[in-house]
Amino acid sequence: MKRKPARLRACLSYLVLIAIFVNFVWPLLWLVLASISTKPAWKLVMPNPATMENFRSIVGTPLNLRSFANSFLMAFGEAAVALVIGLLAAYPLSRYRLRGKSKLLFSLLFLSGLPITTVMVPLYMIFFQLRIIDNLAATTLFMAAASLPNAIWMLKSFVDDVPPSLEEAAAIDGASVLQILRRVVAPLMLPGMFVVFIFNFSGTWSNFFVPFILINSLEKMPASVTIFQFFNSYGRVAYGQLAAYSILYTLPVVALYLASQKYMSQGFTFGGAIK
Amino acid sequence: MQQRSNLQRRQIRKGILLLVPAMALISIFYLSPAIVSVFYSLTNISQVGRKAVHWSFVGAANYAMMLRDGRFWVSLGNTAIFLLFSAIIGQNGLGFLIAYLMQRKSLWFRRLVGMAVLLGLVTPEVVVSIIFFAFFGVEGSLNQGLALFGISPKTWLFSCSMLSIILANIWRGTAFSMLMFQSALDSVPSELLESAHLDGAGPLRTLVGVTLPVIQGTILTNTVLITISTIGVFGMIFALTGGGPGLSSTTVPIYMYQKAFASYQIGYGSAIAIVLLCFGIALSLFYTKAFRSQA
Repeated sequence: MKRKPARLRACLSYLVLIAIFVNFVWPLLWLVLASISTKPAWKLVMPNPATMENFRSIVGTPLNLRSFANSFLMAFGEAAVALVIGLLAAYPLSRYRLRGKSKLLFSLLFLSGLPITTVMVPLYMIFFQLRIIDNLAATTLFMAAASLPNAIWMLKSFVDDVPPSLEEAAAIDGASVLQILRRVVAPLMLPGMFVVFIFNFSGTWSNFFVPFILINSLEKMPASVTIFQFFNSYGRVAYGQLAAYSILYTLPVVALYLASQKYMSQGFTFGGAIK
Repeated sequence: MQQRSNLQRRQIRKGILLLVPAMALISIFYLSPAIVSVFYSLTNISQVGRKAVHWSFVGAANYAMMLRDGRFWVSLGNTAIFLLFSAIIGQNGLGFLIAYLMQRKSLWFRRLVGMAVLLGLVTPEVVVSIIFFAFFGVEGSLNQGLALFGISPKTWLFSCSMLSIILANIWRGTAFSMLMFQSALDSVPSELLESAHLDGAGPLRTLVGVTLPVIQGTILTNTVLITISTIGVFGMIFALTGGGPGLSSTTVPIYMYQKAFASYQIGYGSAIAIVLLCFGIALSLFYTKAFRSQA
């Protein structure tokens, strides 16, 4: 009597989940099929025969390779700066008894919740007047600054998890704070640092708005902006190449996500995916 | 006693030194633009032409112009619709539904569905636009799929531009809510669920009477977080519809961009940015408060 509705419910929930699965995969099908088609179109067509030509022509264009290199430089630089400077700040916030510490922490949390979109207009003018428009390093530093509040929060909670007893021993032996950080604390929180690095790297790699506003010469643009321009100019004709370019640009972040997945659950409790 | 305060003083000095790089970077690159935008919003500064050099203070004129600017109000209304349907209802509801239904399913099935949903979160913004440009096209795969059910094709991006960007944003953002609700549902004490079951409560009664009250903190936090991330969405809408046709999918960030960078009115664009910033501040204060009360 009681079993039947339970089984029906289980069936129903499988059906709903399968429908959700189909709806999430469906928009992606075009990207995959168009990238390996000889005659791609906006509709779904089975590639017959499948070809790697689209990928070859994207990789064969020096400017496209350049855009990937720019994306990599920005993403790596941003993640490295946010990680190192964030760790330096996270350590005293975790260990020391500082006056106004909790106020500072909540100010940082507050800053991490502000949408980055709101500062783009004045930021452009500041960059324009300081003549640092079209400057990859300055753009990278801005992105690091914008993600620091969140990075500090994440890193602080990872430092909190490291037992302080080892540091005390090292301090008695006369080690400096930086030595303690590098030799004692950092090795014990490598998974956490890995999460923060990947999180920042992927965020910068995927970011469109910031480089779209702050970078304007073709050879400095990251892939997000060149793909957008490709989409606007040739993309409505060369679908296959557009799809191949998009896949090549998306794969690294998917791979990084998979690589970090086992540590990710910790990172996500801070609601970090803003921006 | 003396030693302790010495130690504390040393800690404070070292602590400040370690905090300096982070605080400097945040103040220079993040706080100063926000403060400068207040200043710009009170001027008639332009990006090009005479007013790029010979600008002057205009007081609250930009804000007065905003009040009378019908296009601004349309963009504000569009933002409200976008927030309500794509984030507060769409991502929240679908994310919860997925997390709720996935409980007690086999691991490989959870992984399969979870991975499909997560692809939306991982895919870069510009690529999401391209995917949905193809999906919503007249010849696109949405119309192809709907044809199987005998539904005639539509020009989604023209006739239903708002619905299109809402659906695309749900696809992109649902995974975040799913993850939040998965961990919240895992933390619901099983004794509570068992005792509800023993009392003869059905799944719906248990959901409303036990589960939802236990996870209400997560619902609140999640709603604020996805609202924050949705209010600033620019690239996806910009690349997918450009805010059009007409003003039909123009949200506040798109309108701000058009004013500041297409019409070169930096002063007016900054004023719009300030309004957006005020919404951001209100939401973020709310988030900080919710976080504090939970901690």
